[in-house]
Amino acid sequence: MASDLRENLEVVPLRHPGRWISGAVILLIIVGLGWAMAEAEIQWEDVPGFFTHPVMLEGLLNTIVLAVAAQGGAIVLGVVIALMRLSANPVARWFAVGYIWLFRGLPVLLQILIWFNLALVFKNISIPMLFTVPTNVVMTAFVAALLGLGLNESAYMAEIVRAGLSSVDSGQTEAAKSIGMTPMTTLRRVVLPQAMRVIIPPTGNNFINMIKGTSMASVIAFLELIHAANNISSRNLEIMETLFAAAAWYLVMVSLASIGQHYLERAYGPR
Amino acid sequence: MALVEAVGVRKSFGHTEVLRGIDLEVDRGEVVCLLGPSGAGKSTFLRCVNHLETIDAGRIWVDGVPVGFRSHGGKLYELREREAAHQRRDVGMVFQRFNLFPHRTALENVMEGPVQVLRRDRAEVRAEAVTLLERVGLAEKAGSYPAQLSGGQQQRVAIARALAMKPKLMLFDEPTSALDPELVGEVLDVMTSLARDGMTMIVVTHEIGFARSVADRVVFLVDGAVVESGTPADVLDNPQQPRTQQFLAKVL
Ligand SMILES: Nc1ncnc2c1ncn2[C@@H]1O[C@H](COP(=O)(O)OP(=O)(O)OP(=O)(O)O)[C@@H](O)[C@H]1O
Ligand SMILES: [Mg+2]
Repeated sequence: MASDLRENLEVVPLRHPGRWISGAVILLIIVGLGWAMAEAEIQWEDVPGFFTHPVMLEGLLNTIVLAVAAQGGAIVLGVVIALMRLSANPVARWFAVGYIWLFRGLPVLLQILIWFNLALVFKNISIPMLFTVPTNVVMTAFVAALLGLGLNESAYMAEIVRAGLSSVDSGQTEAAKSIGMTPMTTLRRVVLPQAMRVIIPPTGNNFINMIKGTSMASVIAFLELIHAANNISSRNLEIMETLFAAAAWYLVMVSLASIGQHYLERAYGPR
Repeated sequence: MALVEAVGVRKSFGHTEVLRGIDLEVDRGEVVCLLGPSGAGKSTFLRCVNHLETIDAGRIWVDGVPVGFRSHGGKLYELREREAAHQRRDVGMVFQRFNLFPHRTALENVMEGPVQVLRRDRAEVRAEAVTLLERVGLAEKAGSYPAQLSGGQQQRVAIARALAMKPKLMLFDEPTSALDPELVGEVLDVMTSLARDGMTMIVVTHEIGFARSVADRVVFLVDGAVVESGTPADVLDNPQQPRTQQFLAKVL
């Protein structure tokens, strides 16, 4: 019996008809969408021109500057708030909790609008005996967007950094102390580099969100990509064409950010 | 004067008193082994000597300096963390779980203290670190990351890292307890040669053989108090206290 079974029996590989069918369906959908796009009343030949239109490029530059500045500021602030959150000082801890509660709790759009309209309630911004400036001079669209986006993001960054710092084994801090490291050196040389592995992936995701989030600054007429697209289309009425050009720029920026994130993760990856 | 003088050291965590008035002197070049059952407070005492824990009462002096304090004008001022860090330079510590910096190579681990804390010249430090790695038998592992080393090798790097600070005193907290049995010997060998070279050492260990052959003195700690202390021959072979006898009966 057993020897029968071992003789040259034909092998029938497992077939996957389901894969062929689902694959065909997906291809069909894609072809359909492509056909619809080709049939749509879009002047495709105009899109490249809008893509490199001077106004669009200015919007692109402003978008990049705003996203990078807001994210950079948020990272610095986030580290500070995270350290306060973990500090032995109860006042600092409670401040950090309240800060995160407030700036994470309100919609970014609302925060941008509040900053932009600050002059309605505070005529001047002043630190007694140091300086006084009129609010509407300082609170440009850029500054309002920077504050709205950056402060909201800093609350998220604080939580990300806190998770990162907490992920590092306490034995690491003890070993650092035992060779005489000060708290600052311990943070810089031992804890933060190890926390990076936990901090970088969500920060990368947040930065990608930040790039897209800058579009909210269009409501206060900051010349970012969407506002630039609107400016162009208000003259020629090619609304979809200019929006597609802006969309292409977002995808370019997000792709570049993803590649950067990949390399950062590798640099701080496990040894 | 003794290098380490501990007088009436008390320490509580919450309501439990873990150290109940410990007196201990360690002379220069002396090797003292701390033995005792789990939870006796051995680790806590070592951590107090290095000011990783603050003590509630009593005083510890290392080389005449009160640990965790600065004496000035007849008063003792509690140190801030920065100043405490400065004091810890003189005391090396080796942990049960090695605690090497995983993002740095063996050589970088050894160089970290002298370069970052003592701000010494890199090239000079590198040469010394290489010598130290040779001394613990790991010259060829200089470029390896901790994850690429065995437990015994990691612990020897950790010893080299502590020695790089040129400490007056070395504290070992069960340095071989986390090791596979066949790796214990290589670490004890390094510690033995260190003792032979005249290093002052306080060693918490369950390795009775090591205590017998290397220690100048063995101290038994039970429930946060010293119950017996003396030469290995006296304490290990002829214990006087019932608690010591019980403990040794189990370990030997
Ligand atoms: N940070 C802490 N918080 C609260 N209790 C602690 C802390 N550290 C130690 N203890 C308690 O203090 C007692 C002594 O602990 P310690 O680690 O010093 O004992 P040990 O003699 O080193 O024991 P072992 O041989 O198991 O390492 C134990 O009961 C422990 O639970
Ligand atoms: Mg212990």
